[in-house]
Amino acid sequence: MERQNPLFTAFVYASALLLTAVILAPIVWLFIMSISPAADLSAKPLNWWPSEIDLSRYRTLLSAVENSAGAAFIASLVNSLQVAGMATLAAIAVAVPAAWAVSRTPAVSWSLYAVIATYMLPPVALAVPLYMGLAYFGLLNSVFGLALVYLTILAPFTTWLLKSGFDAIPREIESAAMIDGARLDQILRLLTLPLAAPVMATSALFAFLLAWDEFFYALLFTSDLRAKTLTVAIADLAGGRVSDYGLIATAGVLAALPPVLIGLVMQRALISGLTSGGVKG
Amino acid sequence: MSANWISTRAWLLMLPLLVVMVSVIGWPLVDTVRLSFTDAKLVGTAGSFVGIDNYAKMLTGSNFQRALVTTTWFAVVSVTAEMVLGVFAALLLNQQFRGRAALRALMILPWALPTVVNATLWRLIYNPEYGALNAALTQLGLIDSYRSWLGEPGSALTALIIADCWKNFPLVALIALAALQAVPRDITAAALVDGAGPFNRFRFVVMPYLAGPLLVALVLRTIEAFKVFDIIWVMTRGGPANSTRTLSILVYQEAFSFQRAGSGASLALIVTLLVTVLAVAYAALLRRAAGAS
Repeated sequence: MERQNPLFTAFVYASALLLTAVILAPIVWLFIMSISPAADLSAKPLNWWPSEIDLSRYRTLLSAVENSAGAAFIASLVNSLQVAGMATLAAIAVAVPAAWAVSRTPAVSWSLYAVIATYMLPPVALAVPLYMGLAYFGLLNSVFGLALVYLTILAPFTTWLLKSGFDAIPREIESAAMIDGARLDQILRLLTLPLAAPVMATSALFAFLLAWDEFFYALLFTSDLRAKTLTVAIADLAGGRVSDYGLIATAGVLAALPPVLIGLVMQRALISGLTSGGVKG
Repeated sequence: MSANWISTRAWLLMLPLLVVMVSVIGWPLVDTVRLSFTDAKLVGTAGSFVGIDNYAKMLTGSNFQRALVTTTWFAVVSVTAEMVLGVFAALLLNQQFRGRAALRALMILPWALPTVVNATLWRLIYNPEYGALNAALTQLGLIDSYRSWLGEPGSALTALIIADCWKNFPLVALIALAALQAVPRDITAAALVDGAGPFNRFRFVVMPYLAGPLLVALVLRTIEAFKVFDIIWVMTRGGPANSTRTLSILVYQEAFSFQRAGSGASLALIVTLLVTVLAVAYAALLRRAAGAS
């Protein structure tokens, strides 16, 4: 143990307080904006604390009355869920067999580097042909088309995470089962995949967060409520002529809720995933 | 089982992934290369071959050069700040104090906040009429009148960099913290007994453990920062007076706003090449660092 002189301790606590304030202030302010009456937010000097709690924007955004701001918000929420869900499932489905193969077959492991290298590609390098291709197949402004495009990000990423997950499962278990006469599909189904379940869950969550967060492709390839995702809807709100800043803040709080909850609950798994090399893009 | 069958089986298992990768990454990339040598429009005309005209025009244009400077500045300043703040935060979180676990949990929040929400949040904070920053600085007496932080070319890029740092330094901190916790206690204790001061302990005992993970974070963050689009699009759309127009924003405008698919593609490939050069240089650096330790 280090000697703790009181000056140092005071310094540590002061820094911790400062760090807490830096992290929390913007997030708390977003929440306060979402529950402050509009008059408080445009007051000078600004009312830092709401004069009364105003939950009307939450009601507005979550009401499904036709042609309302709420209907548009809910539609984009559903689109985001669909796109992220489909893209995650598809990415895991193609990544699991590939990651296992790469993990168990050193001779083909070079192909993994080719896969990872594509993760470095800026999306603008693919955007124009993807746009033309989606237009050709009539998949512009469709959740299915957008989910397909998200595979450009999710497939390499999940393969990379899953490969290190499979590496951590000893091959000897599999060879032992093989000597006992088990077929490959039995080994994978009954042995390897159950053991890999935690890393598969973490990879799926990471992939879902990436898709939930994505903005560039969604901005390019969607145009109305049929496919517009939450990130595009919020950017529209922020860039539009909405006069009530509280409404924008509320949309932000609602969009941030799922990833923040996942982040807090899954903290340990996320951090070990992050430090093992995967970093959210 | 023969080695031949094992590698055939591996390729079969990788087939679905390879099909996906070729159709959504490989083919578009090749087509971008083809387009970059044509004067194709985004919709309608397929365009004809124009040789390296697009590249020549883009590379010599002042738009590209200015966007390159803006992007480099954004990447260097934000990543440097994130690294420094991240390491300090990690050193702090590695100390014993009450509430440490809670603070560590909070660090995940900015990272988990979607980029677009973060950009929107800071846009509201910087708002020229009702923003919290103007209100706070005025009430503290630091400024006399409200300013348009994102509306003035002199402050917009800095305002963006601050918003980007706030979201990303906690990630660096968490990575650095994990590395710090891997430093064996007895080594630090031994260095202390030998009379090493705080600076020497950091430099010679802690730094070797920190260098690897930090370098990886540095590589990934720099590449991300070089590709930056979302936060800038939501906060300033590259304005005011193009003062925050980075390379990705420029490509977007060229290919999609002006619908010039050909020159947009050539610009996109120039950006790709720059990112690749960065990645390769870093990979060499990483290998040398790994060899040295």
